[in-house]
Amino acid sequence: MTDLSAAAPSKPPSQWAAIWRQFRSHKGAMFGLIVLSVLVLAVLIGPYFWHPEKLTVVEAIKQKNKGPALQFPLGTDQLGRDMLARMMAAGKVSLAVGFVAMIIAITFGTFIGVLAGYYKRLDGPLMRLTDMFLALPLIPLLLVMVMLFRDRVAGILGPEMGAFLLIVFAIGITSWMQAARIVRGEVLALKEREYVLAARSIGAAPRRIIIRHILPNVVSPVMVAATLGIAEAIITESVLSFLGLGFPPDFPTWGRLLYDGLSFMQIYPERVIWPGLAISLTVLSVNYIGDGLRDALDPRVRGR
Amino acid sequence: MKLRTALLGAACAFAFAPAAFAERGADGHVNVLYWQAPSTLNPYLSSGTKDVETASLVLEGLGGFNEKGEVIARLAESVPTVENGGVSADLTSITWKLKPGLLWSDGTPVTSADAKFTYDYCTHPEGGCAQAARYEGIASIETPDDLTVKITFVAAKPNPYQAFVGGTSPILQAVQFANCLGAAASTCTDQNFMPIGTGPFKVTEFKTNDTVTLAANENYRDPAKPAFATMTVKGGGDAEAAARAVMQTGEFDYAWNTQINPDLQAEMATGGKGVFLNGFGTLVERIEMNMTDPSADLPEGERSTVAHPHPILSDIKVRQALSMAIDRQILVDVGYGSAGRPTCNLVPAPEMFASANTDCIPHQMDAAKALLDEAGWTVGADGIREKDGKKLHLLYQTSVNPVRQDFQALVKDWWTELGVEVELKTVDASVFFGGDAGSPDTFQKFYADVEMYANNFDGTDPEPYLAQYMCDKIPGPANQWQGENINRFCDPAYDALVAEMAKTADVTMRADLAKKMNEMLTKDSYVVVPLVDRGRLSAASLTLGGVMLNTWDTEMWNAQDWFRVK
Amino acid sequence: MLTYTLRRLLLAIPTLLLISLVIFFLVDLAPGSPASEIPLTVPPDVRAKILESMGINQPVYVRYLLWLKQFFYVEPLNGIDALFGTSFADGMQRIISYQTRGPVFSLIGERIPQTLKVIGTAYLVGVLIAVPIGIYSAYRQYSWFDQAGTLLAMIGFSVPTFFSGTLLIIIFSVMLGWFPTKYDTTLVVTDWASFVKQIKQMTLPVMTLGLANAAAISRYMRSSMLENMGHDYVRTARAKGMSERTVVLKHVLRNSMIPVVTVIALGIPSIFGGAIITENLFGVNGIGSALIGAIHGNDLPMVQTLAFIFAILIVLFNLIADVLYGLLDPRIRYD
Repeated sequence: MTDLSAAAPSKPPSQWAAIWRQFRSHKGAMFGLIVLSVLVLAVLIGPYFWHPEKLTVVEAIKQKNKGPALQFPLGTDQLGRDMLARMMAAGKVSLAVGFVAMIIAITFGTFIGVLAGYYKRLDGPLMRLTDMFLALPLIPLLLVMVMLFRDRVAGILGPEMGAFLLIVFAIGITSWMQAARIVRGEVLALKEREYVLAARSIGAAPRRIIIRHILPNVVSPVMVAATLGIAEAIITESVLSFLGLGFPPDFPTWGRLLYDGLSFMQIYPERVIWPGLAISLTVLSVNYIGDGLRDALDPRVRGR
Repeated sequence: MKLRTALLGAACAFAFAPAAFAERGADGHVNVLYWQAPSTLNPYLSSGTKDVETASLVLEGLGGFNEKGEVIARLAESVPTVENGGVSADLTSITWKLKPGLLWSDGTPVTSADAKFTYDYCTHPEGGCAQAARYEGIASIETPDDLTVKITFVAAKPNPYQAFVGGTSPILQAVQFANCLGAAASTCTDQNFMPIGTGPFKVTEFKTNDTVTLAANENYRDPAKPAFATMTVKGGGDAEAAARAVMQTGEFDYAWNTQINPDLQAEMATGGKGVFLNGFGTLVERIEMNMTDPSADLPEGERSTVAHPHPILSDIKVRQALSMAIDRQILVDVGYGSAGRPTCNLVPAPEMFASANTDCIPHQMDAAKALLDEAGWTVGADGIREKDGKKLHLLYQTSVNPVRQDFQALVKDWWTELGVEVELKTVDASVFFGGDAGSPDTFQKFYADVEMYANNFDGTDPEPYLAQYMCDKIPGPANQWQGENINRFCDPAYDALVAEMAKTADVTMRADLAKKMNEMLTKDSYVVVPLVDRGRLSAASLTLGGVMLNTWDTEMWNAQDWFRVK
Repeated sequence: MLTYTLRRLLLAIPTLLLISLVIFFLVDLAPGSPASEIPLTVPPDVRAKILESMGINQPVYVRYLLWLKQFFYVEPLNGIDALFGTSFADGMQRIISYQTRGPVFSLIGERIPQTLKVIGTAYLVGVLIAVPIGIYSAYRQYSWFDQAGTLLAMIGFSVPTFFSGTLLIIIFSVMLGWFPTKYDTTLVVTDWASFVKQIKQMTLPVMTLGLANAAAISRYMRSSMLENMGHDYVRTARAKGMSERTVVLKHVLRNSMIPVVTVIALGIPSIFGGAIITENLFGVNGIGSALIGAIHGNDLPMVQTLAFIFAILIVLFNLIADVLYGLLDPRIRYD
């Protein structure tokens, strides 16, 4: 650790290069990076290449529940809508919600956790706050938030952006507690370690101790929480939309497609396979990237 | 009610033959699934269908309704009519005679005092009786002897079959509920969960919102019935899981309200373990037009009130065009299959009250477009119609429900083709139907241009239902948004018809009035745009005999006739 | 440690009171009303009377104080009455649900057995599977076992229970016909046959939930083990010639338990909270389905009571986790 703090300011380029080299040597991480990039590209650029002709309702209904074919590579849904186009539109929303909500939850959770674990005076109040958030029934909380803020936020940012912000915020505010508890537990143990005591005894400021010595050592549980957080955010979004608290019903998301496909699972299994696969691939690739990043950032592993 | 399933007819045909020489309790156990589980067995404390229907296995009224919607006698010896003198000629009183020798399941005799007590119980001012509407307009109930119940009305009552008729107003045992009047009603947990009744079954165990265990009532009036010795009514899950438990795994004999998408209906029907039963009542899925301006620019308290007529929908041509652009048959095929049919009527049944109005069934997109052109809405550069610089933009809301969201998507497509910009919104059902005056999202507040939901009326008489559209029932801040005239429709001529119907006793004249009012709301004004006449869809095992779906009373109405097909 | 525990327990009282207040006002503020359960065919005046009789029109602070009295005074008295056959609570109004018009606590009493049986077993199964998998995956990082474990865990976590549960039903009940899809809450285990029946009906919900639980816990276990595996004390221990078994299971495991203990402790109250979707899917009808039903029906007394019991458990188990931290790592001091 001391090694890292001494090396970092003097020759940063070589350090980042070392990290990248280590990351590249991690097969799983590279696989994850490629899969995730493909997903993100497909979702962002895909719609420019794939735009099925607009059918009228009567025409579309005749095409309903089609299996994968040349005209509809992923088949059609119960109203004859092209699943590929819907999957791409849904992915944009789901990926954005998943990542942004996860980042909010993890940042906030880590922040609270570090403060509570490091400063004894803050531990009590902050952890009781965490207890309270854990105890609050989620659905009434979300209902109240939506009732209070939806129209106001929508008035400022428009219905879609408003819904996005509200959802991301709602998921973030209701899922930071686990990360906070985990980080606090780790910090409680870390701050009694010799190197932290040493840093303190030479008069390092708490801020510096936290950033230099504590945070790098809580990265691995935080990475796990982050990976799981993305999946949870994507699924929670579908629950929110399902309760009418999320996006307007004509906005598909992966979670929603999965939910809608559920009642057709027995007859048209592909209807749940596509969104399920997309969510799983996202989570899996983020997990591997997280593994690789952790190894790459850890000087002990890198040095090996 | 029409029965479409041929198999059901077959099931009915052999239903009665073996029952005649059956013995009580000979057929063992029957499993029934109400996926919305019963939370109480006192229908006076909860008006939920699940509660009323399960309670009807135990509690009965003097009369009930059969599958055709006709009044039948249950505890009464016969149905009183004007012809047999049971109903007075001026329609101000009705006299019921109990069958002699009736016993409660605890072995004590049923008397007219129990009926009188039930009336007192439900009309107690502090009781919060859920079925109080069934006892409205009653001046007094007299019990000249143990077997006679005479109900006197405040005014002539053209439809006297409300109190004590059907599963929603059964007779309670006076002795059991004696200490449960008024505010004490909800402290009587044992009574509410295990009422003593006269029905074919009695409760042996009640697990709230979960399982009701019942056993044959040994004092039931027909010594040969019921054929089943015990019954379990299980709750939990959803309609799909319920249908699967009957149709595919065969764990249950009967599942209530298995409304699932048509593709899945077809798939489940191949399971070979059960059949779907369907029947049509009065439930109509409709789009309601807001006649007032819901614009968010108006100050709170003036949004969606009669002070501001709707800037777009006040024009009948727009409303008509919106209705014509919808293809109702496609909606039925996508959402309901055999459990629905297109309709243009607000009152689709009973048959004598239903108008022969089918104008809206054909899909008339071109005519709809022409109508909008005529109304001055011209197609703008972006394909959206506009008039005097105002875009034809509509906010279309409904409750959260997969079928409704499919309907929203389809209707949006049609209206977009018509040149209307549609914004969709969904609201959680507990908020949408909650009626909370503090929430902007209730269907009564109607802070949207159009909204979609389903409604029906209780029993066979549409009068109170049609009376909802009177001018003085418009929801607004003055009545905490509690009115029933959701569209804010107001027509003095309509109000006059309602008043006339209240005075009319003759059945054919009542039917004519009802049809006329129905048409005023639908094809004459397009204020209410009916979409689908929604039937009931339940599932029964092939090994369960005697089942007959009844949409006018509870589905458990003839559970005493059920038996095991061997 | 003891004084710390006692201080925390005392502190828990004002915390819980504050939580109960927040929950009460939150649920009260939420849009929606128990009226949504009443069919539209019921006219508005009758509707208003029903709501009146529930006591819903009283000011919110009156209802809150009444609830406090009922929860901390009437219900404990009732508990004593039920245990000893006394009649202290006669004539006192218990907490009455809007939906069932019956006491909330008798419903909770009905629901506890199946919740503990099914959700508790699922949690136990999840932990028992997850911990060894996590340890072995970390010990043999990037082996085929680890890769397979990672894949399974990620699938387990990214696939919601409404999906995996339905899938299990279709495979094991509809196609193979091995297990029932509906849990029979009235089943009493008296002999071998009914025991087999009980095991059978528990299998599918336990599998569904156990998979989801195991997925998350095994990830935390693995990452924490990995983190510690590289530390110097491990090298020292190995250098001293300790067996791999002792090194991994004694030294590394103990130091890796802190995040895992946190996750498990956070999870235990959720056993009581039930698993809403799984319970609903299989008709287990435990606390979870009671809570979601109450929330949808705006059954305020029920939501409030359940949420509050849940809060008590969370506070309690977080305290237990904190005490365990101190036992696992004696360097952690709270005083």
